[in-house]
Amino acid sequence: MSKHTLSVLVENKPGVLARITALFSRRGFNIDSLAVGTTEHPEISRITIVVNVEDLPLEQVTKQLNKLVNVLKIVELEPSAAVQRELVLVKVRADHETRSQVVEIVQLFRAKTVDVSPEAVTIEATGSSEKLEAMLRMLEQYGIKELVQSGTIAVGRGSRSITDRSLRALERSA
Amino acid sequence: MTEQATGAPRPQPRPRHGGAQQPAPVEHVTGAQSLIRALEEVGADTVFGIPGGAILPAYDPMMDSGRVRHILVRHEQGAGHAATGYAQATGRVGVCMATSGPGATNLVTPIADAHMDSVPLVAITGQVASKAIGTDAFQEADICGITMPITKHNFLVTDPADIPRTIAEAFHIASTGRPGPVLVDIAKDALQARTTFAWPPVPDLPGYRPVTKPHAKQIREAAKLVVEARRPVLYVGGGVLKAGATGELKVLAELTGAPVTTTLMALGAFPDTHPQHLGMPGMHGTVAAVTALQKADLIVALGARFDDRVTGKLDSFAPHAKIVHADVDPAEIGKNRMADVPIVGDAREVIADLVVAVQAEHDAGRRGDHAAWWELLRRWRDTYPLGYDLPEDGSLSPQQVIERLGRLAPEGTVYAAGVGQHQMWAAHFIDYDRPATWLNSGGLGTMGYAVPAALGAKAGLPDRTVWAVDGDGCFQMTNQELVTAALNNIPIKVAIINNGALGMVRQWQTLFYNQRYSNTVLHAGPGEPGQTPQNLGTRCPDFVKLAEAMGCVGLRCERPEDLDTVIEKANAINDRPVVVDFIVHEDAMVWPMVAAGTSNDEVMAARGVRPDFGDGDD
Repeated sequence: MSKHTLSVLVENKPGVLARITALFSRRGFNIDSLAVGTTEHPEISRITIVVNVEDLPLEQVTKQLNKLVNVLKIVELEPSAAVQRELVLVKVRADHETRSQVVEIVQLFRAKTVDVSPEAVTIEATGSSEKLEAMLRMLEQYGIKELVQSGTIAVGRGSRSITDRSLRALERSA
Repeated sequence: MTEQATGAPRPQPRPRHGGAQQPAPVEHVTGAQSLIRALEEVGADTVFGIPGGAILPAYDPMMDSGRVRHILVRHEQGAGHAATGYAQATGRVGVCMATSGPGATNLVTPIADAHMDSVPLVAITGQVASKAIGTDAFQEADICGITMPITKHNFLVTDPADIPRTIAEAFHIASTGRPGPVLVDIAKDALQARTTFAWPPVPDLPGYRPVTKPHAKQIREAAKLVVEARRPVLYVGGGVLKAGATGELKVLAELTGAPVTTTLMALGAFPDTHPQHLGMPGMHGTVAAVTALQKADLIVALGARFDDRVTGKLDSFAPHAKIVHADVDPAEIGKNRMADVPIVGDAREVIADLVVAVQAEHDAGRRGDHAAWWELLRRWRDTYPLGYDLPEDGSLSPQQVIERLGRLAPEGTVYAAGVGQHQMWAAHFIDYDRPATWLNSGGLGTMGYAVPAALGAKAGLPDRTVWAVDGDGCFQMTNQELVTAALNNIPIKVAIINNGALGMVRQWQTLFYNQRYSNTVLHAGPGEPGQTPQNLGTRCPDFVKLAEAMGCVGLRCERPEDLDTVIEKANAINDRPVVVDFIVHEDAMVWPMVAAGTSNDEVMAARGVRPDFGDGDD
């Protein structure tokens, strides 16, 4: 198994996300992470899906997604040619004795402390999933009270855009 | 309807965004009137349906339409299968209509059926008023959510202004690329509101661009493999019928000299009587077709999808074959079997291009020599032909009934089958020499398909004889549509192959469950433990009386000597539907057979008869 990051451009219409997630479940494909948001074109949404599959099933995933009428375009982003980020908000146990150690870890990972109380600090961090995992491992010893993570979002490096104006005339990949 | 030399007319949406026309005058109408106007413009001449609360506004203007004929069915499932039968027989988009909630959910089975068999179908359902959606209102069901996995696409319309465009898009999606069902769910308030109607609407489908033109390089690669192959087989699926490519297929087959096998969905795509035809492949395929695929060095799959009923155990399917796989749906290519040469395109264009490319190879002096291959094929075909034994007790043989039905039917007869033994026998013992004369439920295997599908086919092709070949189990699922047929002057004919049992399931119990016939006997109840069950013979229900009660002619045939007379009598009745109850032997089985989950190498020509292919065939 290997991880693949797909950027799926879809029409910004009700029910489109349901069509996509239903397709994954009924075809037996597992989603590792999923993030949705609008793009610079209000009528287009971008869904970033990380799937853990071999190359052949991945081809089926892409082809089946392409058959959805509301799907405009699918691009697989190679890790080497793309920037991938996740966001975590984590609430860590920290009292007057341990707070400075926690804050040191926060600084090491270039994260931010966004809330402080006598018993805990809340940390905001972005980065690749590897970096965030490393940070969380360091924080574990103090006690993680609450953790919330976003799905991965990703964008290709360089000047090229996959959502440019000629989008509608573009051939879909696959 | 008109016949074309190349087969059924291809599904074509009437209204196309032709561009340069005059802007149409704007009509001030209700949403419901807009819907009926759109159906008229799109060329829907027949709608099968049942009204109810949420769809009621649409039925009022329907009454005034001179161009849309509504046929009132007795159950929404019948409406869906009738629309499917209409579409499969005519090549046009079939239309069914139902109300919200239970009306819509009753369409689920025929929609799933049409999805599996790629039938162009538009289902229009009423939905509760837009403000009530999500409140568990009376007769509310999320039919878009329910049908998401079984439609090519679906729409929920809450704005009356969207109705014409949505109907145009629905017909376009249903009939182009790989055809399929599209559901349009319209909220009641959108049907009631005032709006404007203008035609043609501007379609808005930026994500829908089916590829129909095959890649020239792939075609050349395929042609090269075709002329290099020593043991090629053309594996033809339903896509060839849908593309109207039967004329092109015959040219390609005769040009290459390769044997042809047509799947259950493709019967009629290549004449059964053609000397290059090996018969049907798969679980109940002919020994020659199954074995030809197993031993082939090249399989050219045209509009077929390597379904498990064709391949048997996938790992051992056609182990020596290179694969050329042409399909209009790219997702089918490589889904079950890797293709050496994938070709995305409409079967008609693909085959036409292949003919040119193969001819070019021939002109360059490259041509396959298949003499040795044909020697083997002929031996398999001659040694293991389709056949059956007549029952020793003098009762009717189901295979003989079906064979005689085919022989005595008028030219151009359309057959619709249910699902089970009778379906396989109808596939085996009737010769299909024309496209769109064999309608059945292939992918979903929907018992109860035959009667309503025959109704729909006859509604679309009133001048043709339409025989439903049904089992007594299937018949009891949807026979109420005979009332629809009788009252709407749609004189179909129904042959009930009545063995008093769920025959195919019984066959599996015979072969794999030690003859323990759990719940497959239809003419007797379970009875008390230790007592003989109450057996009312094959007269419960009495299908002759049932037919008569529904306004049809009921006939019965129990003896081989009466067979031809009864069939001819049924063929002569054209003013009313006819039902013939053929009482047949219950122990007849479908052969050949590849047991589920086993390799096609294990094909059994008959019970206990494993074909001997000898050694060195490879």
